[in-house]
Parts: sequence; structure tokens; C-alpha cells
Amino acid sequence: MVSSVVHIGCGAGFSGDRVDAAIPVVATLAKKEGPKYLIFETLAERTLALAQKHRRKDPSHGYSPFLESYIRPILKKCHESGIKIVSNFGAANPKGGAIKIAEIAKETGCNDIKIAIVEGDDLLQIMSGADIQNHPTIEGLDIGDNEVLAANAYLGARPIAEALQKGADVVVVGRCTDPALVLGPLIKEFSWAENDWSKLAAGTMAGHLLECGGQVTGAYFADPGYKDVPNLANVGFPLAEVKSDGTLIITKAENTGGLVSAQTVKEQLLYEIHDPENYYTADVILDISKVEVTEVGLDRVEVSGANGKPRPDTLKATVSIDGGWMGEAEMSYAGPNALKRARLAIDVLKSRYRDIGTNYPIRFDILGTMSVHSGDNEDITSSHSYPEDGDYRIRVATCGHEKEVIERINQEVLSLYCSGPAAGGGFRQHLTDQVQTASILVDREKIRPKVNFLTGNV
Amino acid sequence: MSKQVENVRLHEIAHARAGDKGNRSNISLIPYNPAIYDCLLDQVTEARVLDLFKKKGASKVTRYELPNLPALNFVIDDVLEGGVNSALNLDQHGKTLSFFLLTLLVKVPADLYKDKKN
Repeated sequence: MVSSVVHIGCGAGFSGDRVDAAIPVVATLAKKEGPKYLIFETLAERTLALAQKHRRKDPSHGYSPFLESYIRPILKKCHESGIKIVSNFGAANPKGGAIKIAEIAKETGCNDIKIAIVEGDDLLQIMSGADIQNHPTIEGLDIGDNEVLAANAYLGARPIAEALQKGADVVVVGRCTDPALVLGPLIKEFSWAENDWSKLAAGTMAGHLLECGGQVTGAYFADPGYKDVPNLANVGFPLAEVKSDGTLIITKAENTGGLVSAQTVKEQLLYEIHDPENYYTADVILDISKVEVTEVGLDRVEVSGANGKPRPDTLKATVSIDGGWMGEAEMSYAGPNALKRARLAIDVLKSRYRDIGTNYPIRFDILGTMSVHSGDNEDITSSHSYPEDGDYRIRVATCGHEKEVIERINQEVLSLYCSGPAAGGGFRQHLTDQVQTASILVDREKIRPKVNFLTGNV
Repeated sequence: MSKQVENVRLHEIAHARAGDKGNRSNISLIPYNPAIYDCLLDQVTEARVLDLFKKKGASKVTRYELPNLPALNFVIDDVLEGGVNSALNLDQHGKTLSFFLLTLLVKVPADLYKDKKN
């Protein structure tokens, strides 16, 4: 029997999201009738390359490092309440993630839990690095002949639906489109056909609205005096109520802060959208240009009018290559005449870097004037007026492949302690291993997603 | 409509959110009062937005119109100084750029502007 309403909640919108946000979502879902799902979206573009590195060091790793902190608090309650879990926290090792979940299930007394693994996104399993390099880049840097660290296609919702159809309680995916985490359960519950573009569009839009967690329920939204949000510290994560005709209501977990309004939904609807008529996913091309957003109750917003066009013949894939090192170093100058001392510190550094003779790009900021809004080569303090007295902080940032050069650039900031202008203090530095990414398009026929279940003792 | 016109920052009449893909940013612009939408259409043009972001390397701005919401969506090419994996800017995603767009000045009929303040 086809259910009338499917309830889907979101427990995380990115890999560093709040670890306790899912608890009230699960408490709310548990009270609902009918099919219930909880999703976690934890895989940003470059997260997978970092995960691949972990897996190379230890073959049992490579799944999301946050998996346990998300799953442990809610697994038993989900299991008892019939809430199925769907997530891409498999990252570079979905099977490893599934094994970890099985361990947690055993420890928390969840018996007979069925954990499915969706694989097939890893291009390095089906083609050579050279084949991957030969694909033209549609976004990001040219791959060139750089070694491919990771290359993963964005799978669609069908294999997730298949896993659920076969009885999975938990579905662990590697790389898939974010909306597929929501569309998969809807396809399973409503038996939406592969070419029912308007329904697939509605389900994809539901996924797009949920995939960033609190970003649709008042988080990343507050602007005091303009857009006030109650109890932001305990912002409730979203739930969607979806009907078989694609009707969609966005709401949030009970007894939480935040809000769901036309404004919060509109901001998230357009988040990371380019052409509103052509949002490409593996399952459908979503057109949100005619969408309407209506408040239908307290913290309840109906979203309607999504249109769909036939899915593309290609799948997007993210390719990661080594990006060298990024160096960042900072020093503070405060009190009388601080801005002049900060500027002198930068002049000293520029002279020192000329003497070192590096070709790496180096950016200088004075935090406390304009920084993130200024351009790489913009001299803010000469074009704008800032108080000479103040509490300023210089920042130097650079990147390149020779670690020792990056370390030397940072070290010059450290040496301002004894060799720079008066009273520099609070030196900090970072040296970060960089990954570069590029997007390519891969023939859909080459990608064969596989659904397996974790079997045997773990 | 009132004849009186006020010169205000977009921040007074609209809200915005920025997202990133590669070296490209998109920024939504959503009026608090739907009646302001036509003012945004007239005055927040691709050319003005490109001019605002040029110092950060922006090479092209495409504006998409969503009259049903109503909202505008600006796609700004090459504005992220390399994007999340290579920008030297502290804000590698360009998350803060939405509030840079909101510094743009527009002329608004005083009665529409005051609606929002109520």
C-alpha cells in the first residue's frame, strides 16, 4: 500500500555539523505515523579526498570521522521507532562505515539491524588515472597530468531506493547527490517511475531544502534587528512531509529553537543554485523558476511548483589532486598608532619576501580593517579611512608545493616578535595540506551502482 | 505611490545568502516586501553587481529572475580568488559576500521602505 505521507528529517547538513541536532529530530519523527526517515549529509567536495588519504593509511578507515558521534546517540531510538537512516557518511569507505555502525548497533543493543552499502561511485575502480585526466574539466582547476587522489561520481537516488526496498534499516553511501538522500526514500515509498520528472523534481527539491540541515530552519539566517531567530543556540533541524503527488511541507523538530518561514525557505531554496531552470542532478533536471513558498502554519511552509526535465546522460564527478601546502600566519598590533605599526610590519615582510625571491602568491590582510571583502591585491588602508588607534591583526597567506618555502614565509611573521615594529603579539600559524578539486562529466552508462548488505559477524 | 524617494543600502530592504561552486559564487537577493521587487529589477543590474565585485576578480555576472518568490539570483564568475581549495582569502567559500552585495545603494519609494520597518 502506498503511504499517504512520508516524514523525513535531517540530522546533519555538513561534515562538521552539530552532533546532537538529530536527537530532537528523532524524537519528533518517532511520534509520526507511516514511513519515517532520518538523513545525514556529511560529504563536502573535498572531504572525500581527505577520507581517501585516511583509507590509504588504514584500510578500515576512510568513512566520515564524525559517523560515530552522529549515529551513537540516535541509533537505538531509530531502530525501536522504525526510523530508517540514509547517509553519505560512507565517504571513501562505505563498507568500513557500515562495519562501524554494526559495532555501535551491537554495543547499544540494536538486534537484527540491516545495514546496506551503496558503492560504485569510485571512478578509480573502473578507469585509470589517465582516463580520468582525459575528461575535460567543467568546473575547478585543470587536472593536467597530476596524480588523481580520488575521483567519485555523484550517484543518484535509485540505488538508495533499491537498498530500502530490500529491507535496509540503514543505508551507507559514498558519493551521491545530496538531494538523493531524500529522493531515494520517496522513490521507494511512492514507487515514482524513472521518467516521472515532475515528481522526481518535487522530491529533489525536498532534498535540496533539507540537505543543509538548519539552513532552512533559521540557522545561517539571523541578522539581529532585521531577521531575528528565537533560541538560535538550540536551532531545530528540519523535517519534510511529502505526499505521493509531490506536495511538500517543510517544518522542524519539536521543542527546539529556530523558525521555518517563507524567508528561511527562500534563502535555502536558492542556495548554491545557478540557473533556476536547470539544476542538474543524477535523477532529474530540476526547474525551480516557478516555485511558490507559502506559510501554512506556525513553522510550517508549503513549497510547490517544482518542474522537472529528463535527467542528463552524464553524471558529475569530483576529481581531487594534490594541492600542495597553504601557509597562514598572524600577529596583532593594538593601542596607539597600531594601524601604522601593522602597515610597517607588512612593509617589512614584503621586503623580506622579495629578498627570499619566492614566486608564490602572498596575500596580506589587516584584520580589523576590511579583509574578507577585499581583493587579493587591494590596499584597503590607503583607499578607506580607519582609526590609527585600534586593535589590528596582520595576516599573511600563501600556497605552493615546496613545504620548506611555505614554512619560511610563516617563519618571517614569527620573527617580527624581535625584529619587527614595536609590540607585536599573539603570533599564530597554520600549515595546511591542500587538496584541489575539479569537476568532470562521465558517461552514465559507465557507472554501475551496487547495493550490498553487511553480512556475518563483525 | 509616494513621490518621496530614499537612498538606502540593500540591507535595509532585502536579505541574501551566498553559495559557492568552484570559483563561482551565487548570491540570492530577496526583498522583505514583495512590492520592492520591481525596484530591485530596475536598479540591481548585472553591470552594477559586476562593478561591485570587480576588485575581487569577478569576470561576469548573470542575473536570474524569480518573480513568484519574488527574488533575484546572481551568479558571479571568478569572484572567489580560486575558490575553496586555493583562495588565500580567509573566506575561501565567499560566504560573507552576501553582505557585501547588501552594501549596494538603491533608491526606494519611502512608503515601501517604511512598510518593512513596521
